[in-house]
Amino acid sequence: MSEVARAALLPPTRAEYCVIACAEAWRDNGEVLAGPMGLIPSLGARLARLTFAPDLLLTDGEATIVRPDGTPEGWLPYRRHLTLVTGGRRHVMMGASQIDRFGNQNISCIGDWARPKRQLLGVRGAPVNTLNNPTSYWIPRHSRRVFVERVDMVCGVGYDHAAGARHHRIPRVVSDLGVFDFATDDRSMRLASLHPGVTVEQVREATSFDLAVPDEVPPTREPTAEELRLIREVLDPGGIRTREVGS
Amino acid sequence: MSDKTMTAEEAVSRLESGMTLGIGGWGSRRKPMALVRALLRSNVRDLTVVSYGGPDVGMLAAAGRIRRLVAAFVTLDSIPLEPHYRAARESGAFELMEIDEAMFMWGLHAAANRLPFLPVRAGIGSDVMRVNPGLRTVTSPYEDGETFVAMPALRMDAALVHLSRADRLGNGQYLGPDPYFDDLFCEAADAAYVSCERIVDTAELTKEAGPQTLLVQRHTVTGVVEAPNGAHFTSCAPDYGRDEAFQKRYASTPWPEFAARFLAGDEQAYQSAVGEEA
Repeated sequence: MSEVARAALLPPTRAEYCVIACAEAWRDNGEVLAGPMGLIPSLGARLARLTFAPDLLLTDGEATIVRPDGTPEGWLPYRRHLTLVTGGRRHVMMGASQIDRFGNQNISCIGDWARPKRQLLGVRGAPVNTLNNPTSYWIPRHSRRVFVERVDMVCGVGYDHAAGARHHRIPRVVSDLGVFDFATDDRSMRLASLHPGVTVEQVREATSFDLAVPDEVPPTREPTAEELRLIREVLDPGGIRTREVGS
Repeated sequence: MSDKTMTAEEAVSRLESGMTLGIGGWGSRRKPMALVRALLRSNVRDLTVVSYGGPDVGMLAAAGRIRRLVAAFVTLDSIPLEPHYRAARESGAFELMEIDEAMFMWGLHAAANRLPFLPVRAGIGSDVMRVNPGLRTVTSPYEDGETFVAMPALRMDAALVHLSRADRLGNGQYLGPDPYFDDLFCEAADAAYVSCERIVDTAELTKEAGPQTLLVQRHTVTGVVEAPNGAHFTSCAPDYGRDEAFQKRYASTPWPEFAARFLAGDEQAYQSAVGEEA
């Protein structure tokens, strides 16, 4: 058996379940721009584009919309990107330094905004994203410091602050432990699936707020053999994904 | 028609302390760094800086020139967090108007179109409203009745941008993939100073590139400065990429040391010092 064939038989890693969980965010999205931020969401978006979401638009990370082989098929400088946001034809997966139970997200600063303990990036496009196009989140290290009771600065707007804004939607939050959504009566965060090898207790332990947990929590779905091959041989042959999520 | 060429020093000599200054580019991309360096050599201070922030903001903050900043983020791109900006914020060195990047764009559009504000579906529900108590909302006068933020015009006294080419009259051309918002900065400011990699004859601008690359028009430009490598260490595609090694050096060297080594002399001294590093 060749080395490549042997590698394909190895069971999926945590990082690969995360790629699958991110890819699923774009299922049935149609002809919209996938806006992944971070390595694992990028792999997920490209995997979705190559398999079950062939209509997705992808960028090269700069100003060009590209096909999976890198062929340019469109021009998307920042100002047009913002039009795509406000036009709603985009599903972004952002990061979060803090996120709370209603999906409020913070990437601006830690501590008092007037005199922050730690200055971070700034609100960036989180306010416009969350009021205009579906916004999901990717959190590579699930911890109580990230999943907080209250974010220090609301950048991305959560369900309690959105007041039913017409285009507001947070389809999912993916972490290295599981997948979360807001399919509860009060639109608070719910554990939607656990990555294999993770327990509910582990997730609760790593979350500061009271998380909704259904009686039966399904596992994050298994990648198909073809998906594993694409991740391992086409999208990330160097295995960089393990740097963002260990085993 | 007037020749608008001038030196970076001449451009900066027209700026005054207390002014509102727009700076083009995005993050650590095509920033008018030669003009920023000239500004650092001047005595201009107490600035309100309007920028999609990169090392322009970091340097001006480190040098204590900013009284107020209008920004959605400050980043060096490949180094996500700008260290000098962080330090300044954490010591409460200046006021901040922190707004969303689309709000920022609509603020430029409003200023360029001589409107007091433009409605934008962004900001509501977020703490952008809490930290900017001066922001007002506006209700749609049509049937939908939706509430929007009335993003105030970001009118500026002067704008600084860096482009690939320009002619002596102030027609500016970008040859990279992204115009960023540089034309808007020029249109939204009372005066605009365009630095460029090379000043060429007007006819040469469209010899090899289409007219749509002529981003900035001369009626919005006050001065043209020839500044080869003038965006260094930020990128200026396709002429050069970001100088990652130098950017790392900038980010990891204490500011006084960096300033003494690279900013004590004129632009030529800077470029020579950079050459010695390479």
